[in-house]
Amino acid sequence: MSSITIGGLLRRPEAGAALGLVAVLIFFAIFGGLTFLKPAGMSSWLNVAANLGVIAIPLGLLMIAGELDISVGAMVPFGAMTVSVISGHYGLPIWVGVAAALGFGVIVGLVNGILVVKTAVPSLIVTLGSLFAVQGIVLGLTVLITKSTSVALTVEGPAKAIFGDFVLGGQMQVMVIWWLALTALYIFFVHFSPFGNWIFAMGGDKVSARNAGIPTDRLTIVLFILSATSAAFVGMCQAILYNSAQVAGGQSFIFNSIIAVVVGGVLLTGGFGSVVGIFFGTITFAIVTQGIYYTDFDRNWSSLIIGVLLLGAVLMNNTFRKMALSYTPKKGARA
Amino acid sequence: MTVPIIALRGVNKSFGPIDVLHDISLEVKAGEVLCLLGDNGAGKSTLIRLLSGVHQPTTGTIEMDGKPVSFPSPRAASDNGIATVHQFGGTFPLMSIGRSFFIGVEPTKGWGPFKIYDRKRANAVAVKAVQDFGITRIDDGDRLVGGLSGGERQSLAIARAVHFGARVLILDEPTAALGVKQATHVLRIVNEAKRRGLAVVFITHQVMHAMAVGDHFAVLIRGAVAADFKKGEKSREEITDLMAGGASMASLEAEIEGYMASHDGHPPPPAH
Ligand SMILES: Nc1ncnc2c1ncn2[C@@H]1O[C@H](COP(=O)(O)OP(=O)(O)O)[C@@H](O)[C@H]1O
Ligand SMILES: [Mg+2]
Repeated sequence: MSSITIGGLLRRPEAGAALGLVAVLIFFAIFGGLTFLKPAGMSSWLNVAANLGVIAIPLGLLMIAGELDISVGAMVPFGAMTVSVISGHYGLPIWVGVAAALGFGVIVGLVNGILVVKTAVPSLIVTLGSLFAVQGIVLGLTVLITKSTSVALTVEGPAKAIFGDFVLGGQMQVMVIWWLALTALYIFFVHFSPFGNWIFAMGGDKVSARNAGIPTDRLTIVLFILSATSAAFVGMCQAILYNSAQVAGGQSFIFNSIIAVVVGGVLLTGGFGSVVGIFFGTITFAIVTQGIYYTDFDRNWSSLIIGVLLLGAVLMNNTFRKMALSYTPKKGARA
Repeated sequence: MTVPIIALRGVNKSFGPIDVLHDISLEVKAGEVLCLLGDNGAGKSTLIRLLSGVHQPTTGTIEMDGKPVSFPSPRAASDNGIATVHQFGGTFPLMSIGRSFFIGVEPTKGWGPFKIYDRKRANAVAVKAVQDFGITRIDDGDRLVGGLSGGERQSLAIARAVHFGARVLILDEPTAALGVKQATHVLRIVNEAKRRGLAVVFITHQVMHAMAVGDHFAVLIRGAVAADFKKGEKSREEITDLMAGGASMASLEAEIEGYMASHDGHPPPPAH
């Protein structure tokens, strides 16, 4: 390993996200004190970050691969409603509901992926279609089956503990543990296993990647399955946590996860980014939305901060990427 | 007589009603550079797309080592050892040299599900491969490909092809977008590939570049081979003339030379 230098760190894809996070931390420390960094305050933004982060990372990987998936906005209520209808309304065992929620995630992801691969339609349009289609299915079926738009669900035992409970004194959602564990797993697969290279290559130049022997179609489909299933998973866990599911809600995940990904240093056109960057971007987003409560500002101002942050992050990331591109090691530095 | 590595036998190519290539027969042996010359639209790119599996001949055959082959896809062509390097060389500007070198064949260390990408080895092999081609300025495999100069990128792409066992190297105007110095780099690398026994198909507009590396020249005019000759058989003036598709160029040059001879070496004022 070469030694770590400031310049070396700045050339990494997560540099902008890390600096953005520091800026946000300083901002809220000045205007809101350090309460949001104490355990009680931390769990408020960690919960937001965890639910967002589980979706943002696979979405970010899709964006690195040059695709987009906005159907996650419908998959969150779909996952929640599936487990609630099956295990709440019909009273079937919770594991059946869990399997069905995740299974539907896989199916929608598969359909998205196959449509994107087999047609030349951009993934934004394909998943815009599936966003509305799935929203329609969730609303239509729920009303048809339950005559209501919200369904109650009571879960106890291990399933509650694993998917939808509070830990560490009753403030922090178990989702935070899922998020940290999944992040570690993604870091391994994207940055250490040989497969990660394929995602970057695909986003850099799909045709050349395919000619180099990378199964681009299969990989694209897998990434769509991952994002849809992750969104269904988050919805399912929320239903188990809050003991109910609503047909609406979930759309906020679309923009919020894209913001987290872009602030995290992923290039919108693909080929560049990192899991750690998305992780930082997610935390930054969560701190801005939650940290505002610890300040004297009206919470409505948080959207302004996020807007400015997004633009600032994009500009900063562009600058760092140019630095990375133009970087030439010093003459004679060879050893 | 050695058998050519790759040969075209009576190849025609049409796109629907448009006939682009007519009865092309050409061959390239190991350690030989075939220069494809011709004006814009003559069909040079189409010809090499047949060799690299992007298009298939309408009629006629492609032979490798004397046996007919068909390349239904670019993958099939590269599996047969045919490597195509495009004008801008590396296609993954935001990837590191090491990672882009090993796309699809990443070296790993460790075992089972914990196999991890061996960055050090990838970087070392990639850097050594380009340095062996004489590009000693590339010494850090973590650098992004997009940060290399045009010539370095071409060189990296050629070194990569050779490292992975290419036998035929196809270069479509590799020097067109380069300055003099960068172009010299690429020409040197083409010579090195030739020395290593590759068959090279080299497309260029610049007669000087062609003369610097070519063993064998084919001039395409409106999709047909208008001339096919070996090094030394024709002068630069004749080649330039052929490329322009007529006698105009040579007579223009002769005119200028005549003018200079009778005007103490001063060129004529530019025509208006
Ligand atoms: N896919 C295609 N469909 C129809 N015509 C084509 C196609 N590809 C090339 N051509 C035509 O073939 C001719 C030769 O093109 P090309 O091989 O690109 O020439 P060059 O590389 O020598 O400039 C041009 O007239 C071009 O319009
Ligand atoms: Mg051309």
